[in-house]
Amino acid sequence: MNAASYSLDIQGLTKQFGKTEIIRGVNLQVTAGERVAIIGPNGAGKSTLFNLISGRFAPSGGSIHLNGHRIDGCKPFEINRMGLSRSFQITNIFPKLSVFENLRCAVLWSLGHRYSCWSFLGNLKDANALAENWMQRIRLTSKRDTLAMNLTYAEQRALEIGITMAGGAEVVLLDEPTAGMNNSETERFIGLIKEVTHGKTLLAVEHDMGVVFGLADKIAVLVYGEIIAFDTPDKVRANARVQEAYLGSLPEDH
Amino acid sequence: MANLLSRYGVWFGFALVLLVAPWVFTSNLSQTMLSQMGIAIIACLSYNLLLGQGGMLSFGHAVYSGMGSYFAIHALNAIGQGHLALPVSVLPLVGGLAGMGFAILLGYVTTKKSGTTFSMITLGMAELVFAMSLMFSEFFGGEAGVSANRVVGEAFMGITFGPQRQVYYLIAFYTFVSVALLYALTQTPLGRMLNAVRDNPERVEFVGYNTQQVRYRAFIIAGFFAGIAGGLGAINFEIVTAEVVGPARSGAYLLFTFLGGATFFFGPILGGILMVLAFVLLSEITKAWLLYLGLVFLFMVVYAPGGLAGLIMMNLRIAKTGALKRLLPSYAGLAVAMGLMLAGAGALVEMIYHLQLNAANGPELPFAGWVLNTDRGSTWGVSLALLSVGLAVFETVRRRFALVWGDIQTEMAQAQPAKEAA
Repeated sequence: MNAASYSLDIQGLTKQFGKTEIIRGVNLQVTAGERVAIIGPNGAGKSTLFNLISGRFAPSGGSIHLNGHRIDGCKPFEINRMGLSRSFQITNIFPKLSVFENLRCAVLWSLGHRYSCWSFLGNLKDANALAENWMQRIRLTSKRDTLAMNLTYAEQRALEIGITMAGGAEVVLLDEPTAGMNNSETERFIGLIKEVTHGKTLLAVEHDMGVVFGLADKIAVLVYGEIIAFDTPDKVRANARVQEAYLGSLPEDH
Repeated sequence: MANLLSRYGVWFGFALVLLVAPWVFTSNLSQTMLSQMGIAIIACLSYNLLLGQGGMLSFGHAVYSGMGSYFAIHALNAIGQGHLALPVSVLPLVGGLAGMGFAILLGYVTTKKSGTTFSMITLGMAELVFAMSLMFSEFFGGEAGVSANRVVGEAFMGITFGPQRQVYYLIAFYTFVSVALLYALTQTPLGRMLNAVRDNPERVEFVGYNTQQVRYRAFIIAGFFAGIAGGLGAINFEIVTAEVVGPARSGAYLLFTFLGGATFFFGPILGGILMVLAFVLLSEITKAWLLYLGLVFLFMVVYAPGGLAGLIMMNLRIAKTGALKRLLPSYAGLAVAMGLMLAGAGALVEMIYHLQLNAANGPELPFAGWVLNTDRGSTWGVSLALLSVGLAVFETVRRRFALVWGDIQTEMAQAQPAKEAA
């Protein structure tokens, strides 16, 4: 298959920080509409992988294609404009803007308002309607004018997802969306994520195995900067190398 | 009509104030000051587009207002010599375009970075331009500066810009339009994304915006309005000297924008007014005015980082809940403490300045209706005592004030969810 047929096509991706190689030749192909969970022990490089895909860091080697366009080495905003959006493990919102303003900021570029200084925000019907719509979808309408920094943690996590999704990107990376939530919150939140990411190509880093099996069509297991398995949940569960990695007895040479 | 008034009432009021001000304050001094206030308001607002709206701490904003001044005064001279056919009333736009041009040129480098690096680069740019002003005396006029006569060209409907009042109305017109445009800017996509860049530049990059472009565009707009202020200054003073691009001027924009309050749109308007009051009146009253200004700045940074506008808005919020009367005793106490400190510190400062500068005139100097004597130990002792008592009262009242203030804030925060639920 050629690169264009995948939503996301990662080939031989490497990343070194100084002499330390964090990502050591990752290959991953995700087809459109697929929901992939990325799991792996702490320090395996999951977040680094996301940072490379989303343009936060430039890779040391290898290639990344988004819908057939090469994106490795591009700036985050360029990648975002090509239709890839991401959320952050540590909540990354606009703390001094209201919930509504946060979401409106997230939709402005995708609706083509760019750097406009000749149209009033109040008159941008499309942007306002879309921001209102997303506020409903993430259940924050009652907090419309609350500053993001005054929201509860769970609400901030929902806003984080809202900002990520509102721009309409087709490929979405969620970095530990349920991080720091308790069980009941997590359950509700997974429902929300499923709802708002419906039909999108989804990659999610997740620790909670319940979440992983509930959310993903396929699971990629990242251990020491390499993907050791990429398959359906059942097959991954049965995979010997994965079991080894998760039992903590990693092979000495790999 | 009522709807229109509630929506634009503030703007009608603002226009009215600008219109009647020179008929209320009729002296020559107040007319000059009013003119300077208009200019300072535009300059501080344009600076706050960077500082308050965009989180860019610039140390070199005077470059753009100053270059605006120089281009405007050269244009004014060209009009006088008949080389240029422009009415004097559009000269501020010449200044604006010059400021904008330099912002396009220098801002491209400056806005590549944010935070501390941005500040450092603006400082470098300011030094560079100031150094150039001493090198190219052809353009910058050397020590004497460049002077011009604003009464040139055909008088339009009897407007010659000779009398100060006519100049004032030109400045008032530009002030009103500039304030309105800069306010409008805060309500546009660029204005909002500028706030977003200030709060969280990283996330901005992940919603499709190039933070560098947002900063650069804001910088260019700020340069344009700074240039307008500069152009108006050239018409008002009819002389431009190198200090208009100097570091002291840049520092004044920063200081007074902060004093006025960078977090609210109208803060720099107060800042601009304060700037003229300080430069024209305070400097008349005392030689040590810069010292006092520095102390006030220090106090504001520590105790009221929201500036004057922040203080006003916080107290208005409290006043709405009716809790302001609980703060009144503390405010009275603070006023007494301030009075004591001002009397004590003022007397000490004035005596030291007197010893340094005017010792030949004898040991006596007037101070707020009293006569101080630098030879008498008792004068020093009493001043020191006043200052110490003032400081002690201030600290005591401040603690009490902080307690009451904290209580009121908690009550307001608790009242909030109750209102939302209802």
